Amino acid sequence: MVAPAIDRRGFLRVSFAAATGLLVSLYLDPNAFGQEAPMPAQQAKVYPPDAFVNIRPDGKIVIQVNRLEFGQGVQTALPMVLADEMDADWSNVIAELAPAADVYKDPLFGMQMVGGSGSIAHSFTQYRELGAKTRAMLIAAAADRWSTTPDKCRTDASTVRGPNNQTATYAELAADAARKPVPAKVNLKSAAEFKLVGKRVKRLDSRPKCNGSLKFGLDLDLPGMKVAVVAHPPVFGARVKRIVDDEARRVEGVTNIFEIPLAKGTGVAVVADKFWPAKQARSRLKIDWDVTGVEQPDSSELWTRYRQLGHTPGLVAVNRGDANALDKIAANNRIVAEYEFPFLAHAPMEPLNTTVRFDGDRAEAWAGSQFQTFDQMAIAEVLGLKPEQVTFHTEMAGGGFGRRAVTDSHIQREAAVIAKRLRGTPVKLVWTREDDVQGGYYRPIHYHRVEVGVGPDGLPAAWRHVVVGQSLLMGTPFESFAIKNGIDETAIEGTNDTHYNLPNMQLSVHHPKVNVPVLWWRSVGHTHNAFVMETMIDELATRARMDPIAYRRKLLKPDAKKLLGPLDLLDKATAAWRNKLPRGHALGVSCHESFGTGVACAVDVSIDNKRPRIHRATIAVDCGIAVNPLTVESQFQAGVGFGLTQLVPKGAITLKNGMVEQRNFDGYAPPYIIDTPMTVDVHIVPSSEAPTGCGEPPVPVISPAVVNALGRLTGKRHRTLPLVTI
Amino acid sequence: MPRIRAGLLVSIVVVVVSWIGAARFADADTTTTAQGLAAWEQVYSVLTSPRCINCHTATNYPQQGDDRHRHVANVVRGPDGTGVPGLNCIGCHQETNADSTGVPGGRNWHLAPLSMRWQDTNDRALSSAEVCRAVTDRSKNDNLDGPGLLKHHEEEPLVKWAWNPGRKPDGSARTLPPLTHEQFIAATRRWVEAGTPCPGR
Amino acid sequence: MAIFQLKVNGEHREVNVDPSTPLLWVLREDLKMTGTKFGCGISACGACTVHVGGIATRSCIVPISHIGDRPIVTIEAMAADPVGRVVQNAWVEEDVVQCGYCQSGQIMAAVALLKVTRKPTEQNIEESMGGNLCRCGTYPRIRAAIKTAAAELSKGGA
Repeated sequence: MVAPAIDRRGFLRVSFAAATGLLVSLYLDPNAFGQEAPMPAQQAKVYPPDAFVNIRPDGKIVIQVNRLEFGQGVQTALPMVLADEMDADWSNVIAELAPAADVYKDPLFGMQMVGGSGSIAHSFTQYRELGAKTRAMLIAAAADRWSTTPDKCRTDASTVRGPNNQTATYAELAADAARKPVPAKVNLKSAAEFKLVGKRVKRLDSRPKCNGSLKFGLDLDLPGMKVAVVAHPPVFGARVKRIVDDEARRVEGVTNIFEIPLAKGTGVAVVADKFWPAKQARSRLKIDWDVTGVEQPDSSELWTRYRQLGHTPGLVAVNRGDANALDKIAANNRIVAEYEFPFLAHAPMEPLNTTVRFDGDRAEAWAGSQFQTFDQMAIAEVLGLKPEQVTFHTEMAGGGFGRRAVTDSHIQREAAVIAKRLRGTPVKLVWTREDDVQGGYYRPIHYHRVEVGVGPDGLPAAWRHVVVGQSLLMGTPFESFAIKNGIDETAIEGTNDTHYNLPNMQLSVHHPKVNVPVLWWRSVGHTHNAFVMETMIDELATRARMDPIAYRRKLLKPDAKKLLGPLDLLDKATAAWRNKLPRGHALGVSCHESFGTGVACAVDVSIDNKRPRIHRATIAVDCGIAVNPLTVESQFQAGVGFGLTQLVPKGAITLKNGMVEQRNFDGYAPPYIIDTPMTVDVHIVPSSEAPTGCGEPPVPVISPAVVNALGRLTGKRHRTLPLVTI
Repeated sequence: MPRIRAGLLVSIVVVVVSWIGAARFADADTTTTAQGLAAWEQVYSVLTSPRCINCHTATNYPQQGDDRHRHVANVVRGPDGTGVPGLNCIGCHQETNADSTGVPGGRNWHLAPLSMRWQDTNDRALSSAEVCRAVTDRSKNDNLDGPGLLKHHEEEPLVKWAWNPGRKPDGSARTLPPLTHEQFIAATRRWVEAGTPCPGR
Repeated sequence: MAIFQLKVNGEHREVNVDPSTPLLWVLREDLKMTGTKFGCGISACGACTVHVGGIATRSCIVPISHIGDRPIVTIEAMAADPVGRVVQNAWVEEDVVQCGYCQSGQIMAAVALLKVTRKPTEQNIEESMGGNLCRCGTYPRIRAAIKTAAAELSKGGA
């Protein structure tokens, strides 16, 4: 298979250093990405080539991963891809997280990042080519050595074999290979030739994560390091008016207390030798806050406002068919439904942190960042440096779910501001769990109002839908290509692009401005849009007395391959149990496509101690080629557990008089083991199509499936989340 | 039976019981049944205050806080009220309060047995009569008689903890029961002297 | 500040710290043992779970002044522990981890369970592991790994 033509300029630069072995670099010109890159072209810089593959003299092959590993398994999957094309010995592969550099930018987005479930989707071909080109150069070197031709050589497990049984290891050939020209084009393997891709390959990082040896960003320890915490305003954007810090300064180990600017407003930084004295001192600060001119959001006021807006048409996103179709349908064939979704904190398990050391003419930073390009730039800006003067290390992160992908880089800016004051000293900024739960950057609250007119065939003949929710992207560098006609697509994804055949559909949006910083949350707009679509569709199915899988099949457009395939597979996979549930159990079904991946889900639910008890979830997924089916299985088994954050009774952030009411996992309690399915079986639709992501697609399907099951069990259709009482 | 006659019967019984009670504690002030019942109400007010009732649940979990919400981290009762492996009460609750982290502590922290539940399964406090019956039922209360109950109130470390409950994570002091320990003991004594009478239904 | 003599993973260690410092931070910053994790600081998530005197303990809320001479065992010692080793191997075999941040605590809780209950039921697992948060949601594979470890231990593996 020949590599597909790639519309970008690139060349490989190769060098050899005796101590480190062969380095193969892929040097991309950021200017080539044109309008797809959110970064203005003039910001592209020329960086020294960075290595993707390093063949060490001892035979170890170190592969750089161009995005954060935060649970999704990319640190195993992308190296698998490269190692497969390279015919490397997998048992000798070491994967590292690449630092911030141009060469590691996402080929599609032109910035170094992880998000949008794009790790495999965007870098699959890139890493294949890297592996194939490296292999080609090693073969060329061997062919020379044996005075033969490349076509007569074979590779396997980091070894080249010649036509007369000559062998040479990659390590032995590295020096010579480095002098070979990098091929412009390579043949990639056919699917039949894959040795790793498509196989259930275990994660590379398991053992160190099981024995406490793997270091996360929060575990960093540097000589002379100080730890900082920041007192943030209780109302977003408020400013420090007065600080009384005498008690705080008496805490032994505290070294500095000073006011700092924040993304909005100001706060107070407390620096100490260790975390505990810093935290103790902060709790002894007495701060008066100035809230003049600062909007103080209140959840009940927001709901009133949102409901009002939801009763009026907004900016038109979809206007298809007959706008008056709904009015022509008799009232008893119309359903009106209102949905409410609260603010959600991402709450990754590892509290947010960043370490920065400022040395005047350069700086060094360490962070488990989903947005290395933005974060490196932000630190440089705060320190008065150019980005290339900031060495930015990507640390392993304890979860993210979007929380570590912030366009304003507020955490990194806080750390840099403090590091600037303490020149020469590494400063580790730590956000406590209270900072995290109360610190904003939530999945925004949303209100939906849906009016459906049911046709004589039981299918929706008219669909009028209003969505109310803050825009995520206005005011960010993504605005220019993600906001169209004032509409932020992330608020309506999952509805505006529905694969259901809704010939008469009106969808409009309101984007109120609210003084609460907002952010993605794993699967973004699909979190609430899929819930609305899949619960409403399910109500219609029940009303039509049709099986929920059959109804969806009937309503989906014929070209909705990525949903029809999983629905078929789900049908087969659940045939043994879904119509034989014991008394007190009910079936819930949903299907949804997001980020290019189609998912169908069935759950077996009963009510236990007033909570939904999910005995089983069956998932069917079409993600194109499953690069690592074990990763795909894990992502779906666990991702639905994450998705259930939307249903657990304490899964809501609320505000009163401008202040967040929850403070930690006592008030905002994510799903524990009892809240999640006892078992999840995952079935992958066989495919040879390009791989699509699995990071986010598990999330949208689970909440509607469970609520649909509860609807069948109790007759009650929940439209307000989370489920406080069922 | 007509109400007046029933009332008369009860009065006769009360008088007889008081007389018996008085005969038993010849060296104490004569504590009438009425006084004993009043004393019980005081005892009941302490037993059903958060510091006590939070561990006298009818469910498989303890409560915490003045609002008596379910205890964090899904801790459960376990087979003997000490939690389960991995989540034993004493894993977190040490022998004394940990004020710097806001976790209360006392010797042998554990849940009262289900026989000593003072709430229903909806986490609502039982009535005065129901709690009194439970507390005085020797088949349920570890075979304690009146003096035994008094000693339990005087000496059991977890009982005494309620009056030294430590600080919450935010640094503020936990609220105390509605009586002082001394008042609680005095009320218990009066109730015991009266023969541990319980109110009617 | 005060001196505390500690027994950590079988070794004697001495620290000089504020007595109010939670065991978690003494381990992480004074003893540089970062295997035990900080997740919430209010004992709600279990990432900080260690064993003190043989009992699973949430180290974020136990001040160092409350430890006394009880032995402390952390995740770093599990590879050498007869039950810990089997549990870790099961975790790797079943490919449990995702981000991995909660897994030190999960393993410490699972080891505490299996040391007492060799053949845990589904209910045993849910109750003992019921207070350990995993934001990634690896719970189904945690269940499977505990069962795998239990089966291995029943073979007389430890």
